[in-house]
Amino acid sequence: MKRGLEVYIHIPFCVKKCDYCDFLSGPGTLETQKAYFSALRKELQAASDRDCQVDTVFIGGGTPSCAQPEEIAGILEEVRKNFLLSEQAEISMEANPGTLTGEKLAIYRQAGINRLSIGCQSLSDRELKELGRIHTAKEFEESFYLAREAGFTNINVDLMSGIPGQTLQSWEENLLRLMGYRPEHISAYSLIVEEGTPFACRNLDLPDEETERMMYERTGEILGQQGYQQYEISNYAKKGFACRHNIGYWERKEYLGFGLGAASLWNKTRFANTGKMEIYLENSGNLNKIRENKEVLDQKSEMEEFLFLGLRMTKGISEADFEKYFHLSLTQVYKDAIQKHEALGLLKREQGRLFLTRKGISLSNQVFVDFLLDEEWEREQ
Amino acid sequence: MTDQSKIRNFCIIAHIDHGKSTLADRIIEKTGLLTEREMQAQVLDNMELERERGITIKSQAVRIVYKAEDGEEYIFNLIDTPGHVDFNYEVSRSLAACDGAVLVVDAAQGIEAQTLANVYLALDHDLDVLPVINKIDLPSAEPERVINEIEDVIGIEAQDAPRISAKTGLNVEEVLEQIVQKIPAPQGDPQAPLKALIFDSIYDSYKGVIVFCRVKEGTVRKGTPIRMMATGAEAEVVEVGYFGAGQFIPCEELSAGMVGYLTASIKNVRDTRVGDTVTTQKNPCKEALPGYKKVNPMVYCGMYPADGAKYGDLRDALEKLQLNDASLQYEPETSVALGFGFRCGFLGLLHLEIIQERLEREYNLDLVTTAPGVIYKVYKTNGEMIELTNPSNLPDPSEIEYMEEPMVEAEIMVTTEFIGSIMDLCQERRGQYQGMEYMEETRALLKYKLPLNEIIYDFFDALKSRSRGYASLDYDLCGYERSELVKLDILVNKEEVDALSFIVHTDTAYERGRKMCEKLKEEIPRQLFEIPIQAAIGSKIIARETVKAMRKDVLAKCYGGDISRKKKLLEKQKEGKKRMRQVGNVEIPQKAFMSVLKLDDK
Repeated sequence: MKRGLEVYIHIPFCVKKCDYCDFLSGPGTLETQKAYFSALRKELQAASDRDCQVDTVFIGGGTPSCAQPEEIAGILEEVRKNFLLSEQAEISMEANPGTLTGEKLAIYRQAGINRLSIGCQSLSDRELKELGRIHTAKEFEESFYLAREAGFTNINVDLMSGIPGQTLQSWEENLLRLMGYRPEHISAYSLIVEEGTPFACRNLDLPDEETERMMYERTGEILGQQGYQQYEISNYAKKGFACRHNIGYWERKEYLGFGLGAASLWNKTRFANTGKMEIYLENSGNLNKIRENKEVLDQKSEMEEFLFLGLRMTKGISEADFEKYFHLSLTQVYKDAIQKHEALGLLKREQGRLFLTRKGISLSNQVFVDFLLDEEWEREQ
Repeated sequence: MTDQSKIRNFCIIAHIDHGKSTLADRIIEKTGLLTEREMQAQVLDNMELERERGITIKSQAVRIVYKAEDGEEYIFNLIDTPGHVDFNYEVSRSLAACDGAVLVVDAAQGIEAQTLANVYLALDHDLDVLPVINKIDLPSAEPERVINEIEDVIGIEAQDAPRISAKTGLNVEEVLEQIVQKIPAPQGDPQAPLKALIFDSIYDSYKGVIVFCRVKEGTVRKGTPIRMMATGAEAEVVEVGYFGAGQFIPCEELSAGMVGYLTASIKNVRDTRVGDTVTTQKNPCKEALPGYKKVNPMVYCGMYPADGAKYGDLRDALEKLQLNDASLQYEPETSVALGFGFRCGFLGLLHLEIIQERLEREYNLDLVTTAPGVIYKVYKTNGEMIELTNPSNLPDPSEIEYMEEPMVEAEIMVTTEFIGSIMDLCQERRGQYQGMEYMEETRALLKYKLPLNEIIYDFFDALKSRSRGYASLDYDLCGYERSELVKLDILVNKEEVDALSFIVHTDTAYERGRKMCEKLKEEIPRQLFEIPIQAAIGSKIIARETVKAMRKDVLAKCYGGDISRKKKLLEKQKEGKKRMRQVGNVEIPQKAFMSVLKLDDK
């Protein structure tokens, strides 16, 4: 049997960096872009493994849609050449309003991309401006319909809550307006002010904690009524449209990340590519030279991940799966943490599964922290 | 043998920051004891902490040779004294080892509270005081005014006082000459039975205790069997010597009039208490030198290792510090909130802070310190009296007849414009007005009797801030007084946190309780449930605040499968939790225990 694999491809280019963004991205000259795609192809060739069956591909960024569409197509071709890309593979790409055209979209379809993730963030022009986005709500609408016309039947829209100046009412308006477009998938997450971004230096009028929590509550309610099911902390989808690639992360499937700074999980080891463009361009054909921060996962780390990743999904984790993988019962390892958070109403245990309650989702970090094991854990075993 | 008439034993006294250590350095430099390259600023303050804080903690001494204008060589023994009211007793013993004192007064600031306190102390010991006006290079210097002030206020002749700048070295030679001329040579019979005053001692891991002493009568040399008259400790002298610059230089003998050190394989500084008299076992002197007293701690607090596993390390560190510091006391205690630790006794708040900093720096310990308190006398209905150092041990109110608290006589020197606000401060701190003397038109000396517990927290800070830094303070313990005191308890999530309990006067209990609750509300992070914080006297709640429950803590998006980064965030969060103390099911950050030490917001 072939070894299942997910592929992530990072395109670090965008038209302009947004004010809240702390990702590896930035505008790149045509020349750099050309060099970068060539380096990407080299990396894919170096990692070539025809025994791996790729079930999902995710092209993220940055803004992949601001690159030459032929380059994107070229990369997918390279994936096909070096891995076994399955017929039913989910192939997603991120795109931003204002960078999409009919021609581009046609090329993406042609190349096999079957899922588009549009970084809309807000349908209020005031909020878009606040975030430092380059597009308007109108441009989102145009892009969305262009994508539909091009034949995309699986579209995700990113929507951000907790934007400076946002009220509960304006958030609800955002959600309701988005419903009008009927996307298959919605990623609704809240703004996190990261150190080192322009936002971190500003005096922001952020919604208070209680308002944010209400926004989160209303998101579940409104989207639920409209037939979107929440399957992860910040992801909602119509039936059958949950993102397989993302679920792979939560279920700890193996994945390889290609491109600048891309992270991977392979052979119980986590590592990430260099974040330095020159180094990447120079050495992408020699994997050992670009892969950094290797962390071999011991049993303790794997158990911790199993919990804090698995519990992100609303269906939670299966006790049987845990026992099968680790040969230890979940209770044996995590009795105290489970009891504590069950008592606080943050966790629920039902029919062999353990999952977060609504309240628990809002406080998930507090729960996850208690699933990190002490240093001494292994010695005690 | 050194000719007594060529010896000068003196100290330098001054108010803090008037330039005492700088002048000492300059004297050492001028006499050529150290080349400039060897000079590190402020030679005598050799503890890192001393240099940083600009204060002297341990007494130090140095012997220098000065070739005077009369062509003769003189031996100067300069004894540097601690510069803080916490160490008044040590200061008095250092003074007793001298024959004269150089009084340094800042040419701009003039006489301050400690100037007076130190001068009186010196005069009490019959020392000849040699005034020196320092910092005359400052634009604001008014040497003539300060000289008049010295004559008027202290009543010593000061017209010839050298006007110097210790910083630039200006006129320092004049100070050296006047030391020769005006400070008397020591007296004492080298043939008489040995009588030597211990003015400090330090522990050395090779030599054992090194005793700093001034020989008043007789002679001591290697092999002399000696006895400490107060502690009764006996030993045989292994080495005698004098103080080079930063080193001990052995010599044949120390005879009457000389200042030096002796070692005798003594294991603990508790055997060689400051102020004790060293004599010989065979032909002892008739009576000990006057003035010895056993110094007892005045301020107590609990010290706990932040990491419970470091309890043993803390014990070892305290043991080592005590080798060098006979006034540091400690005994094990247990707190429900903080686990195993020690109740430690100190001479004062500065002493406490110094020990705390040394434990943290030199021994790399992370500490949680509880609010410092004084020793209360609790008279019980059954006639028993207990000395209370830990508020948690206060008996049930029904068993208490009455309580007494230690009082101090405080002298505060202040410019007249701030008299009003300083009087208000003393009033707030339950001070009893004792009188006021005008030093000159613009400055006065305020005298108050204050409870010690009102000044150990932040009185000095408050004093400074209410006088724009100009007020200076000196105080002396003056016995116990009956007082209406209660124990204030803090309840977090309805559970009493023993480490936060303290004794307070009935009149200020409500205010303190309210401030404590407010402060704790700021310090305790929101948790998964609502946490009431209450202040209580007995079963009566007098103040309450609430830490609201946390409602949201979620990492919304996990981009690009970067799980390691997410995990690092969680690990950081977990580390933060580890630094908290679990009390019941509430996590209290360690700094919350210490933040309540500084409640005064004015």
